[in-house]
Amino acid sequence: MVTLNNTLTVEDVWGLLNQIIDPDIPVINIVELGLVRNVKIGTNNCIVVTLTPSYSGCPAMHVFKEEITTLLKENGANAVEIVTTLLPAWSTDWLSAETKAKLKHYGIAPPQGLASDNKFLFSTKKIICPRCESNNTKLISQFGSTACKALYKCDACEETFDYFKCH
Amino acid sequence: MNSTNNALYNYCLRLADNNLILGQRLAEWCSQGPTLEEDLALTNISLDLIGQAESFYEFATTFTEANCTADDLAFLRSEREFVNNVLVEQPNGDFAYTIMKQFLFSTFAKHLYTALANSSNQTICGLATKGLKEVNYHYMHSSQWLIRLGNGTDKSKEKIQFAANDLWCFTKDMFEMNSVDTLLIEQNITINLSTIYTPWKNDIEQVFKIATIDLPTDTNKIIGGIKGIHTEHLGHILCEMQYLQRAHPGAKW
Repeated sequence: MVTLNNTLTVEDVWGLLNQIIDPDIPVINIVELGLVRNVKIGTNNCIVVTLTPSYSGCPAMHVFKEEITTLLKENGANAVEIVTTLLPAWSTDWLSAETKAKLKHYGIAPPQGLASDNKFLFSTKKIICPRCESNNTKLISQFGSTACKALYKCDACEETFDYFKCH
Repeated sequence: MNSTNNALYNYCLRLADNNLILGQRLAEWCSQGPTLEEDLALTNISLDLIGQAESFYEFATTFTEANCTADDLAFLRSEREFVNNVLVEQPNGDFAYTIMKQFLFSTFAKHLYTALANSSNQTICGLATKGLKEVNYHYMHSSQWLIRLGNGTDKSKEKIQFAANDLWCFTKDMFEMNSVDTLLIEQNITINLSTIYTPWKNDIEQVFKIATIDLPTDTNKIIGGIKGIHTEHLGHILCEMQYLQRAHPGAKW
């Protein structure tokens, strides 16, 4: 275990990053979303956090960078550097079954199938309603409350819901 | 700057300018959309495009003097320094006109990014791979609307056909190349744009056929974007977009 001249370890940093919640999906954090690709201790004990953007224009990315720096410094980090990596490109394929269950519980239909498979990406497969589990649903708009979500309506329970798109 | 870096700088500006100008145009729909859902869709697409522009500008700044920022490239260059294609600067017109413009460009971007995802340059490759995921949804959005409008009422069909006829002369500009391309093609950083012309046109033909609208004939073409020669509309966009940074240099949020 690497120890800094302050008390933070790499494991501590991961633990802290788990506290940073996506403002648009307040039930999952940036680690679960797969945005944090690496944490290491660089020269002069600077904590280097590597992030990958979800969507190119996602305004939350700017917020995350500030939140990470603030949180780590509050917890004793001397210096924090945020590095952006582009490859491999972020994908909803990285969301774990547990994370998808959290999305569903919150009322957002989790991505169905794999983004890496065009069969799923462009399929007209019915999206399952996160509330009543019916597949009697229809697409209202390919772009919902944020770019990462599409808007659907369930014809069984009559509720509209967000679908986290395969990406 | 060596010649490859100079070419990369110019190429990044071209990709970034296309995204920024089209993104800015789409943002004009904010609060003007035909329905709330479409208002959100058009502005979300705008956000994707402006995000992609920012990434390409940031990469471009790595080839400039140390203190040049992505904002400087977006807000402090004049009309003749913008190298976007003339298609993206065209006014929004009505909803059908915007959808047609989006469709013609998204189809192009889909094929371009697919090719650039194999670029020998790691950053171009990374940005294209990421951009392609977004552009796939832009393509789906515009092609589905196009089909709906083509098969809708007489009025909607008339409007989407008018848009196709009116915008067609600007499409050739997307496939224009210059010495920047020649140099980057040699190094497998980019591709010869003529190789994606046929796949682009095949997609257009296929969707037009489903939408029951006619493919316009190639009568005249308006080109010049990559040389910085634009239609009258770009200057007006820049006036509005750059006003704040020009009037209050260095202003920050």
